Amino acid sequence: MLTFTIRRLLLSIPTLLLISLVIFGLLQLAPGDPMAQVPLTVPPEVKQKMREALGLGQAWYVQYYKWLVQFFWIEPKVFVDYLTNSSTLLGWLPDTSLYNGELRVISWQTRSPVMDIVAQRMPQTLWVVGLSYIVGIVIAIPIGIYSAYRHYSVFDQAGTFITMVGFSIPPFFTGPLLIVIFSVYLGWLPSIYDTTHVVNDWASFKVQFFQMIMPVMVLALQTTAQISRYMRGAMLDNLNQDYVRTARAKGLKEGVVVMVHVLRNSMIPVVTVIALGMPAIFGGAIITENVFKVNGIGQLLLTALFANDLPMVMTLTFIFAILIVLFNLIADVLYGLLDPRIRYD
Amino acid sequence: MTEQATPASPLEADIETIGALMDKGPSKPPRSQWRDVWDQFRKHKGAVFGGGFLLLITFAVVFGPYIWDVDPKALDIRNKNWRPVYTLLWDGGANAGWAHPFGTDQLGRDILAQMISGGRVSMAVGWLAMGLALVIGTAVGVIAGYFKWLDFWLMRFTDLVLSLPILPLVLLAVTLFRQPLNSRFGPEGGMFILIVSVIGLTSWMQTARIVRGDILALKEREFILAARSIGTTSGKIIRRHLLPNVISPIMVSATLGLATAIITESALSFLGVGFPSDYPTWGKLLADAVPRMQDFPERVLLPGIAISLTVLGVNYLGDGLRDALDPRIRGR
Repeated sequence: MLTFTIRRLLLSIPTLLLISLVIFGLLQLAPGDPMAQVPLTVPPEVKQKMREALGLGQAWYVQYYKWLVQFFWIEPKVFVDYLTNSSTLLGWLPDTSLYNGELRVISWQTRSPVMDIVAQRMPQTLWVVGLSYIVGIVIAIPIGIYSAYRHYSVFDQAGTFITMVGFSIPPFFTGPLLIVIFSVYLGWLPSIYDTTHVVNDWASFKVQFFQMIMPVMVLALQTTAQISRYMRGAMLDNLNQDYVRTARAKGLKEGVVVMVHVLRNSMIPVVTVIALGMPAIFGGAIITENVFKVNGIGQLLLTALFANDLPMVMTLTFIFAILIVLFNLIADVLYGLLDPRIRYD
Repeated sequence: MTEQATPASPLEADIETIGALMDKGPSKPPRSQWRDVWDQFRKHKGAVFGGGFLLLITFAVVFGPYIWDVDPKALDIRNKNWRPVYTLLWDGGANAGWAHPFGTDQLGRDILAQMISGGRVSMAVGWLAMGLALVIGTAVGVIAGYFKWLDFWLMRFTDLVLSLPILPLVLLAVTLFRQPLNSRFGPEGGMFILIVSVIGLTSWMQTARIVRGDILALKEREFILAARSIGTTSGKIIRRHLLPNVISPIMVSATLGLATAIITESALSFLGVGFPSDYPTWGKLLADAVPRMQDFPERVLLPGIAISLTVLGVNYLGDGLRDALDPRIRGR
């Protein structure tokens, strides 16, 4: 298992390099000039100098190599410095000060390091996305178990229909729909997610809770629909197996049979689906963040795209790619760990 | 047999044996595989409704403009902001009427006509992108499954594409390549080509994997060996013997592909990187109506419901097809 994990980790390095090359190539092929927003009164030779200052005059492989060095060597150094210098978790370690003023990945919009902005935006996305995923799983698993246990019952039929509906309604429709119902007509929930809100007492926690309900529920609906379908399928596969009959025959309680014997075996595929679904949820967050005006990384990607901020777009897309590769790896390793029948070597 | 009395003549014995082999009742007329599939499909109520609704929507958007021949782009500023005709039920004084059953928008364009023409674009994008994804996916899957020396590289390539962040990349491609394509094919044609190809090029991977798996199993079967032993060429084997046998997984992934293509196109339009406003699709209509949805909720609801019902219908159709095409489930 360990050798498999190490082999997969090593294999993910060329994969990530290739992905970064694909994204970089796409950005290189694309027309579009970062100087398009600069006023027309600026003379062309000055514009040319500004372009060169952004590192645009060089050959593409030089640009790519520089980006690679910045992303994989300089940014980690900055991160380690931050960890040992000012974070509470590892602040007790001696200050490493690895970083001494090399050029980092700079956003063309703000002229500040891209990773700093990402670090500012990440908590909002993680809160909304992470919470919605947990809520979705917590709702989905009992529904899946019960509708498989009562196969073809009214609950099962209704559950299957509702998950199918949840699967089919896109988040950019449920989002505005919920806003119209709960913010406009009922006035219960705010329609815009206020990221500057600070939680320091019960009242402010309540405000935070209320403003999180809608974005979290919109994202959770998709997760619930998907995972409860898988859960139901996995439970159905296992409920008719011989070991279930054996467990019942030796006098185990029905609750123990279903919740321990069957559930544990059915969770194996579901856990991998949960891990594999994680990156897709980040992608879906792009739309949800846009609907509820959450300024997370999805919204950052959109604004960077519209502003032609190529370093930001490149870095953000690559972060999404890292998430996908990472969670694919986690899913594979989990599958091997949970199911002793799977042997990778 | 040995217990039986010895027959009088060999001829009589023959008749006896054949008689034992004969069926007692009248034999049923032979049934084709597709008839069985259809019978199983009909049992799945949701699938029949889903498929029916998909056909209905497709016919509505194809033939709708000939029945409701109002120009969706015609401005009529005097008759702007009509409500749908059903508002008359509870509000007699509402600005509504049968002249515009779904109302008009802030520029007086007829919403029913806009829905029909928007649906045309959405469905066309969905069908074409799905077709493109199917062609690429089937080709990659068949080649990878059939030719061993290409298998490794094609599957590594598929894995690589699978680990690309699809939605960010689609956003990227659409924003970055909009300009050159628009200048060559016009704002509408350029966007159409771009969106269809971007969605098609990013959603073929699942089909390729499923088809490859099936081809790998089929390739070892006797009928392929028989075909090869009489000198059938690889191309003929693929076309005559392999492709007809993988048609069911392809059809199932086609429904999934249609649903995702419609949703992706609407999402792109919603995020503002899709079709231009004067060339509306369902997603664009929805996105344009969101700022004024307090006063005119129907302008968000109508396109939203159209997208959701279509996707729901396609998903149910896929569910029913999967059951009907699976011989292990069929006939139970």
